[in-house]
Amino acid sequence: MKIIIMGSGRVGARLAGLLDADGHQVTVLDNDVYSFRRLSSDFKGTALVGNGIDQEALRRAGIEEANVFFALTQGDNRNVMACQIAKHIFNVPRVICRIYDPLRKDMYTTLGLEAISPTTVFSDLLKEQLEN
Amino acid sequence: MYIIVVGGGRVGYYLVKALIEEGHEVLVIEKDESLCEIINDEMGSICIRGDGCEASFLAEVGTERADMLVAVTGDDEDNLVSCQVAKHMFNVKRTIARIRNPQNEFLFKALGVDVTISSTSIILETIETEVPTHPLTHLLAFEESGQEIVIVKISEESTTVGKSVRELEIPKESKLALVVREGGKTRLPTLNTTLRAGDRIIALTTPEAEETLRATLRGT
Repeated sequence: MKIIIMGSGRVGARLAGLLDADGHQVTVLDNDVYSFRRLSSDFKGTALVGNGIDQEALRRAGIEEANVFFALTQGDNRNVMACQIAKHIFNVPRVICRIYDPLRKDMYTTLGLEAISPTTVFSDLLKEQLEN
Repeated sequence: MYIIVVGGGRVGYYLVKALIEEGHEVLVIEKDESLCEIINDEMGSICIRGDGCEASFLAEVGTERADMLVAVTGDDEDNLVSCQVAKHMFNVKRTIARIRNPQNEFLFKALGVDVTISSTSIILETIETEVPTHPLTHLLAFEESGQEIVIVKISEESTTVGKSVRELEIPKESKLALVVREGGKTRLPTLNTTLRAGDRIIALTTPEAEETLRATLRGT
C-alpha cells in the first residue's frame, strides 16, 4: 500500500519503520528536516520536507495515489485539518488522525474521522497496569 | 449580538474595538497573557486567556448562547477547528474564519464554516479592480447560482469596435446587463447596440463562460 505519514516524531518515525519493513511504500512528511534523524538507517521510503496542511505539499508527497494517510504531528488542529484535506479533497480511502484532546477526538469521530486519542488510550493502559 | 472572537492579535484587536462600538457584546479568547492584558486594560474585562479550540473551555464561556464566533488567529488550522467545535458542539449559528492560504477557502466552506475571509484574496481582488489595463474584472459572485457579475472594458485595439451586439456570438450562459459609455452615460444593451472604444460592459455570466465572453466582446 501507499502510505503517507505526516509528522516524523517518535511515533511517526517508528510507524514508518514498521510499515516500511512490512513492504509498504511509505512517505514521511515533516516541516523540519531535523526530525528525519529519527527514521531508522535502513528506512527505504521517502522523507519529504513540507507542510502537511498545504495541498501542494500533500500532492508532492503523492496523496492522490495514497491508500492511507496518518496525521501524527504534535498539534491536534494541524492533524485534524490535514486529515480533513486528505479525506474531503483528495478522497484518501483511509485517514487516521491523532488527537490528544479527548473531547475534540469524540467530536471528530462523530464527524466521520478515524481518530485516536493517546491521552485516553494511555491513561486507560496505566490504570490497567496498576490494577493488574 | 453576543460575539466570540478567537484571537486577540492585531486583527482581533481592531475587530473587537469596532464590534464594541457597534454595540455588540464581545468576548475575546486569547492564549497569550500580555495580549489579553492589553485588551482588558483598554476595553474593559472582555478578554479571557484560554484555548479557543478546546470544547471544555468554550463551554465555560457560554459559547452555546453565542450568535456568532469569529476566528481570527494567524493559523488556519486553529481557526478551522474553533469554528467546527463552535458549530458542531455548541450549535453557533454563524461561524467566520480568517484564512491565510486562499486554497483553504473551499475546504473550510465544505466543512461547515459559514464565511471565510482571506486577506490575500481581498488584496488580489482589489488589484484586479484597480489595475485599469485588466480587460475583465469581477464585481460580485453569487455562490448559490454559481454566477458572477463582471465588467469588460472595450479598448481602441478591440476588433469589435463598431460592431453591433447582433454580430457577436455572446455565450448563452452570459447576459449583457448594461453598457457604460465614456463620460458615464449608461444604456441597456440591445441587439442593435454598437460597441465603442471606452465602453464598459457589465454582464452576468458563469465562471466557465467568462473567458469566451471576454474574447467575444473584445475580439482577438
